[in-house]
Amino acid sequence: MIRFEQVSVSYDGAAAPALRDVELTIPEGELCLLVGPSGVGKSTLLGAVGGLVPHFTGGTLRGRVTVAGRDTRTHRPRELADVVGMVGQDPMAHFVTDTVEDELAYGMESLGLPADTMRRRVEETLDLLGLEALRSRPIATLSGGQRQRVAIGSVLTTHPKVLVLDEPTSALDPAAAEEVLAVLQRLVHDLGTTVLLAEHRLERVVQYADQVILLPAPGAAPVAGDPAEIMARSPVHPPVVGLGRIAGWSPLPLSVRDARRKAAPLRERLADRTPPPVSPAPPAPLVPQQRPRPRLLGRRSMEPSTAPAAETSALVVRHGSLDALRGVDLRVGAGETVALMGRNGAGKSTLLKTLVGMHAPARGSARVGGLEPHRTGPRQLLRRVGLVPQEPRDLLYADTVAAECAAADRDAEAAPGTCRALVSELLPEVADATHPRDLSEGQRLALALAVVLTARPPLLLLDEPTRGLDYAAKARLVEILRVLAAEGHAIVLATHDVELAAELAHRVVILAEGEVVADGPTAEVVVSSPAFAPQVAKVLAPSPWLTVAQVRDALGLVP
Amino acid sequence: MSAGQARPRELHAGAWWIWALGLATAASRTTNPLLLCLLVAVAGYVVAARRTEAPWARSYGAFLRLGLAVIVIRLVFAVLLGSPIPGTHTVLTLPEVPLPDWARGVRLGGRVTAEGLVFALYDALKLAALLICVGAANALANPARLLKSLPGALYEAGVAVVVAMTFAPNLVADVQRLRAARRLRGRPDRGLKALLQVGLPVLEGALERSVALAAAMDSRGYGRTAQVPRAVRHTTSALTLGGLLGVCAGTYGLLADQGAGYGMPLLLAGVLAALAGLRLGGRRSVRTRYRPDAWGLREWLVAGSGAGVAALMIVAGSQAPGALHPSAVPLTAPRLPLWPAATLLIGLAPAFLAPAPPRTRGRTAPPAQARTQPHNEARTEPRTQAPTEPPAQTRTHPHTEARAHPPTQARTQPRTQKGDSAR
Repeated sequence: MIRFEQVSVSYDGAAAPALRDVELTIPEGELCLLVGPSGVGKSTLLGAVGGLVPHFTGGTLRGRVTVAGRDTRTHRPRELADVVGMVGQDPMAHFVTDTVEDELAYGMESLGLPADTMRRRVEETLDLLGLEALRSRPIATLSGGQRQRVAIGSVLTTHPKVLVLDEPTSALDPAAAEEVLAVLQRLVHDLGTTVLLAEHRLERVVQYADQVILLPAPGAAPVAGDPAEIMARSPVHPPVVGLGRIAGWSPLPLSVRDARRKAAPLRERLADRTPPPVSPAPPAPLVPQQRPRPRLLGRRSMEPSTAPAAETSALVVRHGSLDALRGVDLRVGAGETVALMGRNGAGKSTLLKTLVGMHAPARGSARVGGLEPHRTGPRQLLRRVGLVPQEPRDLLYADTVAAECAAADRDAEAAPGTCRALVSELLPEVADATHPRDLSEGQRLALALAVVLTARPPLLLLDEPTRGLDYAAKARLVEILRVLAAEGHAIVLATHDVELAAELAHRVVILAEGEVVADGPTAEVVVSSPAFAPQVAKVLAPSPWLTVAQVRDALGLVP
Repeated sequence: MSAGQARPRELHAGAWWIWALGLATAASRTTNPLLLCLLVAVAGYVVAARRTEAPWARSYGAFLRLGLAVIVIRLVFAVLLGSPIPGTHTVLTLPEVPLPDWARGVRLGGRVTAEGLVFALYDALKLAALLICVGAANALANPARLLKSLPGALYEAGVAVVVAMTFAPNLVADVQRLRAARRLRGRPDRGLKALLQVGLPVLEGALERSVALAAAMDSRGYGRTAQVPRAVRHTTSALTLGGLLGVCAGTYGLLADQGAGYGMPLLLAGVLAALAGLRLGGRRSVRTRYRPDAWGLREWLVAGSGAGVAALMIVAGSQAPGALHPSAVPLTAPRLPLWPAATLLIGLAPAFLAPAPPRTRGRTAPPAQARTQPHNEARTEPRTQAPTEPPAQTRTHPHTEARAHPPTQARTQPRTQKGDSAR
């Protein structure tokens, strides 16, 4: 269905080609997963299928890409619209009209299908994707998962033979991601659609794939094959595969179910051991620090303080007539890492924004280091709390990394060079003159983190920090955050990434409809929850093992 | 549940515009303040009865304020600059500013007469009523759907307008987000400076988004064209260009002192040629329309009520000019002429004829409420799959028969909209 013949893509001004000598065949009706670290050309490869590379992005394509027999060199994207459906990373950038039903019809209108066909297909697609109840809703009012489903639906109505998706589940909560994946699976099974998707969160998708294409490094030839075979040697792999590699299972299980069936001996070996703590335990709350703590980058440690880093009591926040938070009680002590979880729209971001004073409480109180954030000036607040927003780019204004750092030093009234030193620690390979927009997602996040840390806030908030990060970038983020926690920073992360929460958090707080529905030590909260349990916990339940590293350490294996 | 009920039945946008323009024509035919006030009340009543909760529906208030501003400005000018209307009832006398010789004919200050004020008031009221009629059309008709009714040849221009309309709110949201983010850098997030400093990032973001949108539109088939014979293309260009020239020349002929004879026929011929060109040009476009708005009996009646009001007022203008134009000199109390007033009431018809807008309280309900099954309840009790009849199974669509997919269906049990209770 899709053939790449000796395809190389190079962009103007780039030192090396984004893709080199790609030779690929994807047969009809397969769900094909494209994996690899950030920046290896996954998006370029996906774009080449729809003809957006090179017709839209520029650059030079050598070799030949054919989709359903059509050569993308001679067919512009619009002429491939009836065979290829493309859904990009951000569904909002995809929508042309303003309501769900019109959006579903848009592609068909462009193709000039007869009115009765359009009507029938819209109804079919509404049912197929479970969008019936949303048909006349304005798109702007939909949640993330709903938008993603509408975006998929909007390309499905033209009955494309190939569906291309770039990170369809990265921004979604675990349940919404399952929703989208269930739809994709149904398309492959029932309609014979060929699906090609790129995804960083392998733990969500790898078990559904028929074929995995691994792009191991920039410019390296892709390796395609059976998922289990590829996962056995892939540098990026989900925790269940990591566990399987440690335990020496063969064939490698890709789903929790397969792993569980093989895990009985492992569970027995681990039965008499207790899991070591994932992160070093937080200091006892409310005890002033006595001894100097290890320091990151030789900076001064935080002032010892007896007040909790953040405290809310019966906090109510309203957006218009809607209660976004309803009576939230939360207390975060110094050195503690708390993961806020819950579905899209549960109030996680609102809580974080309230703690930096972007929203005023309607009732109840929020205090950060003893201050009320919405009554505190930005300058003063900067020293108490720092937030890395969902889109780290929002924090960056300057056009070079060096200028950004200088501005951060000025904002925080820190010694010149403070921020740059932090950046060098977090991102050793980044040059001063780089434009922040040219950084990868992970690098941009690290830069924003450095900017925020320049003011040394005792409380650090991160909103969805792992969106778009590959496993390597995520591992580095985990290391950085652990060091910060050990230094006494209180950290609150709002995240959908259960694996991240399992690796990092001392405590997990689950929000639903603006209320705290669970609050407790990570192991207790996540192990018992089907939606929020990490894969290792699911495989090894009922014992509270959370991460591959724990199991490895307990078995005395060397990484 | 039949699918037709799900999309709230809307009156064709064109019908609303014809109705509103009819009222506006009627307003332009009279200066009687009582009639004008009645007209504004009629338009206001229909808007109040039939406007939806859509964003554009809120524009009516803005038009009302604009109308008031027009009246105020006109009166202020009448007071300051005087009025050419001769009058005997002096209300007050302002000190007159002596102006140089070359500005003769212009007066600043001086005597303000009641006649002048009343004349200015009537005049301003007429203009305000016109504006309010246009505002009513704006509030009642969905602009996106109006654009959809454009002929195929103008479709691409229509899409550009629709995209621009969805773009502006995004831009505002971006500005708000970035201003809020300034707080995180310890910079003030209020004030003009904050607004200016986020300007560049906002524009960058907007540019990136437009490129992404263009890519998405292209890969969804925007701009696909059909092969059209060369002769047809040339004829299209000739007809459109010639038609437009005809329209220009005809309009000139009508407006100029001489040439009224050839003006009208030329204008008509030009319009016809341009329309034929547009129609022929539509052949190049392969697109079709999804659920175009139907023009049915209600549309005829609504449009007819507007046109009827206009026609009757024009007739009334020739029959009883005195009643429609109460004189300011000498001052007389305006009287409400009975039968022109009665004709205005025809304009109320849409308040009863047009379909009532759905009252959806939860329309802008947040995403959080869209999915109603909290997934963490499962910890304490077995997951309660709501035993509902999934809508998918009652249909007979080929792909969807009896394929219950638990994750998808369980989480999309519709409790999202009030309108659904109709099911």
